[in-house]
Amino acid sequence: MIDIALWIALALFTAAIVLNFYRAVIGPSLPDRILAVDTMYMNSIALIVLFGFWLDTKNYFEAALLIAMLGFISTIAICKYLLRGDIIE
Amino acid sequence: MLESLLEGVIAFMLIAGGAFAFIGSLGLTHLKDFYMRLHGPSKTTTLGVGCTLIGSMIYFSLHDGPVVQEFLITIFVFITAPVSAHMLAKSALHHKLKPDASTRGNPEELESEKPKHTVEESPQGNSPLP
Repeated sequence: MIDIALWIALALFTAAIVLNFYRAVIGPSLPDRILAVDTMYMNSIALIVLFGFWLDTKNYFEAALLIAMLGFISTIAICKYLLRGDIIE
Repeated sequence: MLESLLEGVIAFMLIAGGAFAFIGSLGLTHLKDFYMRLHGPSKTTTLGVGCTLIGSMIYFSLHDGPVVQEFLITIFVFITAPVSAHMLAKSALHHKLKPDASTRGNPEELESEKPKHTVEESPQGNSPLP
């Protein structure tokens, strides 16, 4: 049962990442693209966790945690740059 | 018995997480303006990632003792997603992105962008024309 659920979840997350990539390519404005990339890293966290699930190993937590932290910080940095024209004032 | 029940819970969590993330990304692709597009992913992908991580946590806790590292990622994602959505909304208001006509609300940052509703005086009675 878990195998089938795992395949369905992998397919759904992959489709979600493809849709995010489409929005990042066509996005009419800059915040649209930032939002698309932000959602893409969020989905890639889940994809990495599912990959660890598939291989039955716990070694991929650290990668997921690193992606979460760096993605958040990069989103905040780009938004700060758009707002103020400078990151650290 | 308990094992098969927990397997059902794990399978439900995985499929629910995938469905949430897919619906959020569908909203990101199909909605009309940025302010509509923002709320889809920022709500649903948080829940999708959370569901997937909790399913994974239950699965690894079945074999060898309790595992709590995934819960750390879940808490981190739940804290940081609203902050990044707030910053994105602020930068969109700063850039004065045009809202769609069906978007509700009228923030003061966009006051100059929206068309002014001017009430024209109706020429009743004292019209100069015959």
